[in-house]
Amino acid sequence: MTFQSSFMVVAPLDVKRTDELRTLLATMNRAPGVAAPNNGLIPFGQLEELHFARIVLLDDQTLDDITTAYRLPRESYPLYLAFLADFDGDVGPFRKKLIAVARKGLEQIFSFCTDFKPGTDLDGWMKAHEHRPSTMYNNWIGRTMQQIREEDVLRQAVQMRLLQNGSEFKKSSPEEIRRVAKDFVTREVNSQRLTLTPLGKAPLAWRIKNLLHLIFVPVLLLILAPLFLIYLPVFAIQLRRREKRDLELAPRPRADWVDGLARLEDHDVTNQFTAMGSLKPGLFRRWTLVVLLWLIEYTTRHVYTRGHLARVPSIHFARWVFIDDKKRLVFCSNYDGSLESYMDDFINKVAFGLNVVFSNGIGYPKTNWLFFQGAKDEQRFKYFIRRHELPSEVWYNGHSGLTNFDLLRNARIRSGLEQQSMTNAEAVQWLQLL
Amino acid sequence: MSRRFTLMNADLDFDDVQGLVRFGFGGMHRAAFYLVRIKDLAAVRSWLVNAHITTARVLAPPPVTALQVAFTFEGLKALGVPREVVEGFAPEFISGMAGDASRSRRLGDLGANAPNRWRWGQPDRSPHLAIMMYGKEGEMEKCEAEFKGPSWDLAFEVLERLPTSHLGEVEPFGFVDGISQPVIDWEGQRTIHGDQLTYGNVVALGEFLLGYSNEYNEYTDRPLLEPSNRGAAELLPALDQPGKKDLGRNGTYLVVRQLEQDVRGFWQFVDKAAESNPEERKRLAEAMVGRALNGSPLVPRQDKPIPGVGEDEKDRAYNQFTYDSDPSGVRCPFGSHIRRANPRNADFPNPVKGMISHLLQTFGLGRRNLRDDLMSPTRFHRLLRRGREYGPGLSPQDALQPKPADDAERGLHFICINSNIARQFEFVQGAWLMSTQFNGVSEESDPLMGNREPVPGSPCPASFSIPRESGLRERCDGLPQFVTVRGGAYLFLPSLRALRYFATQD
Repeated sequence: MTFQSSFMVVAPLDVKRTDELRTLLATMNRAPGVAAPNNGLIPFGQLEELHFARIVLLDDQTLDDITTAYRLPRESYPLYLAFLADFDGDVGPFRKKLIAVARKGLEQIFSFCTDFKPGTDLDGWMKAHEHRPSTMYNNWIGRTMQQIREEDVLRQAVQMRLLQNGSEFKKSSPEEIRRVAKDFVTREVNSQRLTLTPLGKAPLAWRIKNLLHLIFVPVLLLILAPLFLIYLPVFAIQLRRREKRDLELAPRPRADWVDGLARLEDHDVTNQFTAMGSLKPGLFRRWTLVVLLWLIEYTTRHVYTRGHLARVPSIHFARWVFIDDKKRLVFCSNYDGSLESYMDDFINKVAFGLNVVFSNGIGYPKTNWLFFQGAKDEQRFKYFIRRHELPSEVWYNGHSGLTNFDLLRNARIRSGLEQQSMTNAEAVQWLQLL
Repeated sequence: MSRRFTLMNADLDFDDVQGLVRFGFGGMHRAAFYLVRIKDLAAVRSWLVNAHITTARVLAPPPVTALQVAFTFEGLKALGVPREVVEGFAPEFISGMAGDASRSRRLGDLGANAPNRWRWGQPDRSPHLAIMMYGKEGEMEKCEAEFKGPSWDLAFEVLERLPTSHLGEVEPFGFVDGISQPVIDWEGQRTIHGDQLTYGNVVALGEFLLGYSNEYNEYTDRPLLEPSNRGAAELLPALDQPGKKDLGRNGTYLVVRQLEQDVRGFWQFVDKAAESNPEERKRLAEAMVGRALNGSPLVPRQDKPIPGVGEDEKDRAYNQFTYDSDPSGVRCPFGSHIRRANPRNADFPNPVKGMISHLLQTFGLGRRNLRDDLMSPTRFHRLLRRGREYGPGLSPQDALQPKPADDAERGLHFICINSNIARQFEFVQGAWLMSTQFNGVSEESDPLMGNREPVPGSPCPASFSIPRESGLRERCDGLPQFVTVRGGAYLFLPSLRALRYFATQD
């Protein structure tokens, strides 16, 4: 089994040349914001292990909020270029492969960064500018692009075989039909018209490491529990005082801003989302968020590893990344459906999850006891989201057209074929996947 | 909290609300919708001030004619409503149905449905007002003349007069229609607190009327004015911000779309797919719609009553069902029109039994089925439909005959009422009807409404699947486009107070 990794290269840009950079990046696209797989700068399509990639200018639109809400001076952060990718295998080899297929294009893009000079060691420079996420989410840990591709071809082949001629199976039992499919696939694999690379097991070293992490965090929490319990009343007071005082800053975003974001959406069944904002000033919010993201990271590593993040099945990859000495947070995700349905999921299915994280950001709709209200203030929340969202200049989806549901269904079709026998009831369920 | 709203909703002044929100004017079989542009501002203002708008008050005897007036964003601007006031309306209303390519993409207005092929509603043929006239049989000619009055020709340039027809209970394809509507919680009797664990048909007033709390227990944004603003003194106060005057209160948004229906195309297609077997033909057509021709649902009636269903036996027969009894779609296909348009689900996919189960499900740990949580809870996406058919009726049998050279156009003037266009109409249209990924169904969009335009992953979304109990689904391929959009607009249906405000902004 191969695991997924990711990187996020963040580097300051020459602000005078951003328009020029945007024009250059636009040449990579086949539709607004959607990368052509074989574009001249970074031919993403040649990287078969690549799930998603994007290039975003971290051009925070809400830097004045700290003045409005807390009367603190506006911070002068650099304008960053961010290059993100989610892929199979380790970062090192992937970066080398990426450089091998796109050295010139990468150098051309990074030349807009203030500290990238001709002759810079590209690999070392990218590595030095990587930002690790505090929380990383992967819809299905261990599902590789190879598996995704092979299983989709498999689904199509089986559908073709079974659905084309409906009357052929009038007299067959469900299990007999499944066996027809099974024999068909075995023949196709033997004659090399279909490939199904064995999924394999996780390496022992990984499993031990994962197990240790699984145990270590609860043990640590248990040891620290007395301290937490003593601190809890103080925390509650600190929290409530702030929740009552903190200003909500969620005006309706400018129409042209929203139009610019919408222009990039719904060209595929999957969409990208990037947002950023500043943390509320002070150590309280900073440490609350650090601890919470650490806890969430535990759940994405051990609990939500198979098809859904809490109640949300639509997210492929997501990450929460601190930048600028934990003064700001960037959130990036890839999700199925339109933004309106994504926000609907946020509000109706995981409002608490959004609240505990983003209520530590300036201007978030008022929460009660960290978990409640917040995102449930539907319109304020939607405005907040759009106002903090940033356009992705370039976005690449390695399995365009396939939703998480498709990937799950395809995997189940395969695992059903690999079973020796099924009861008719099980076989009916399997056939209904097709 | 809800108690406070209860008292407030009870004060609802039905004389301030246009009647269409409460009634479909079903007894008035005739109707004509005028889409007009303003020719002479002074004449329009005086026409509006003198118009006898039918209100939502119940009258005895009931009126025999009705008049309703709605405005587009262009219309409000042309009337001289100040910019900062109109900009307080919903962004979708401001942008318009056809004003933005991204919106058209979301709504499926592509290909043959693209706004540049519309008869009306595209940016260069956008109406300012929709003036809707209804009358009982025999009253229409007289009522049109009366409603228009002497200054009509001076005031308006008529862009379109959309005629309507009365086909009895059925819509043009021949299915009994208009039998499922949300019940508005006029008096705020339902407490909305936390998760709603079962599907209900009673919906918060704020979903259909601005100025009242909605399914989130919040108020949808609308223009709020200072009492000192010109003309604002006459408006009602905002319930959530009593210091402000609420221009939206008792008003709502109207979505109008002219949908041409290829009735012959539909029946001839299913006839061919059914190899001209009449039973098969009927079965396939009913599977696509999700109801029988006579309106009966395809899933069995449930024993447990549904709040808001059951005013009479007919309503129970039509609507006392959810899809909980059909998790694999073998009775009513996932992709059928009515299952897409109203999935009848609750806030959680599975029954919640006790606190532990509630907590587990909240954290996504109580999942049971493959399709759990693929869909959004229905209650945030309800529409009040007020459409009217147009064109001559055609029975399914006659529809099998070849198309005569002078065949008339027929279809539906789809009209719906909602207070949040993005969350209600646009969501239902985009995320449910036109989606090629609705509820795990792929490579197909709505069998009736779909535009069959390619989408990544679905190069030709022109099929329709009927899951079968025996396992393998039945797949019907090559569906042509049966419904084509011919025009459309987002309008604001103001309260009578707001209407007077608009008419006096000179």
